[in-house]
Amino acid sequence: MEKLDLGLLKEIALLDGVPSGAYNIRKNGTSAGRFSTENIRIEPKTDKQGIDINIKSGTKGETVHIPVILTESGYTETVYNDFFIGDDCDVTIMAGCGIHNCGDSESRHDGVHTFYIGKNSVIRYAERHYGDGEGKGERIMNPETVAYIGEGSVLQMDTVQIRGVDSTVRKTKIVVKKDASAIINEKLMTHGNQLAESDMDLILEGENATGRITSRSVAKDDSKQIFRPCVVGKADCFGHIRCDSILMDRATISSVPAVAAEHTDANLVHEAAIGRIAGDQLIKLMTLGLTEEEAEEKILEGFLGE
Amino acid sequence: MLEIKGLSFSADNGAERIDILKEIDLSVEQGTFLVLTGPNGGGKTTLAKAISGIVQPTGGKIIWNGTDITNLSITERARLGISYGFQQPPRFIGMKVIDLLSLAAGGKKLSRMECCNYLNKVGLCAADYVDREVDTSLSGGEVKRIEIATILARGSGLMIFDEPEAGIDLWSFAKLTETFRELHATSNATIIVISHQERIISLADEIAVLSGGKISEYGKRDDIFPRLLGEGRGCEYMRKGN
Repeated sequence: MEKLDLGLLKEIALLDGVPSGAYNIRKNGTSAGRFSTENIRIEPKTDKQGIDINIKSGTKGETVHIPVILTESGYTETVYNDFFIGDDCDVTIMAGCGIHNCGDSESRHDGVHTFYIGKNSVIRYAERHYGDGEGKGERIMNPETVAYIGEGSVLQMDTVQIRGVDSTVRKTKIVVKKDASAIINEKLMTHGNQLAESDMDLILEGENATGRITSRSVAKDDSKQIFRPCVVGKADCFGHIRCDSILMDRATISSVPAVAAEHTDANLVHEAAIGRIAGDQLIKLMTLGLTEEEAEEKILEGFLGE
Repeated sequence: MLEIKGLSFSADNGAERIDILKEIDLSVEQGTFLVLTGPNGGGKTTLAKAISGIVQPTGGKIIWNGTDITNLSITERARLGISYGFQQPPRFIGMKVIDLLSLAAGGKKLSRMECCNYLNKVGLCAADYVDREVDTSLSGGEVKRIEIATILARGSGLMIFDEPEAGIDLWSFAKLTETFRELHATSNATIIVISHQERIISLADEIAVLSGGKISEYGKRDDIFPRLLGEGRGCEYMRKGN
């Protein structure tokens, strides 16, 4: 792999080279490396772009890395990755996409990830998006995540997009069965003229299902963000949405959380707050010897957990 | 040494101009423990904020160790060794206690043991707090104690604490007074505490009473404290025998 590829891999998958465990590295539409383990089998799809990831029941302590890198200006693709996860698993999946665009044409990756999770499994799914390159061509990512969480299972999904993606439209649909839970953490920062849109539907279908959506975002310069997280309660369940956003410069944020109850014992809560960095936060850090710019940086760093 | 000369601050509320500080003169020797007390609305917090640069005075001078700091920024004053513990500290979503204490201590990430040392001094068990976020999940009293810990971590030459006892439970308060006593005994820092609490006032070398924007009384603790205890001012209307 080239130095540029390694840099992108570091940004999106926190990797310093080829990962251990199962992996599939996709570069400009072709496989740049693939490895299956005894318990985790990765196979290319035959009818369309993408891979199937099969995780055997009882697989514990293993990781799967499936990073995508685009370095060819003007390259666009739609990729379908399906995860078939058995019962009693405990697995970490690291996905993500890095685009380096030094040309003037649009580069775009649309990734559709679907998870079929069995019973009593714990899945941590992390997805990082990153873009760089000096070209005028836009760096576009439109991720779509669909998950069906089986009885007693847990899906923790962490999505991070901090730099360099010009436009993103994210769609998420998660269905939570009996005694299962979904924990979704979204972190996003936009700058320049970037646009980020996120539609999320969390459907609590089974008895005692729980779901939490926590979204933290920062919008700088002239960027625009639109959030529409929605929790639907179809049983005796608990759902919570919390969206906190920091607004800077001339940016705009629209945060429209929604809860919909279709069962009398559905307990659903939403909270949303948008505001600039509070003056007393800046002043407090300045009294510790930081300049206003340093204080702002530390506040954002803490807020986004970077 | 902190010297305040003819310090004034006026604010315009739209309808009229209100004089909050009226030509205050005050000299505090290095290593002195001064308690600033007086009725609510007397100007104590404004004076503390003027010293730390949060409020820009409309007249007078502030001199710290021979340097005129009146027109210096908050950051510049902090770097000269002035720190201020807020009466109502802000919260930071996502920022952990260890990160805030590390910033206070100069930016280098503190070890858990170092954090433990500062948190213990304000009656908090480090294991429970080091990795917690300084956000709304903490009570007012907990945030207040973390605020005091940031000032201890900073270790400045001038430490100003604005009503450190506010919102703190009885048991933690006992620990806090012990910490102030120890701080004064083991460092040469000038400590200014805005307080109404007898147990804190009793630790002071000097007491200044700020009332109506003026220093109405200032002197050694043993001269001022008995007078404060004896006054029991109450309601002026009632005192006049109505």
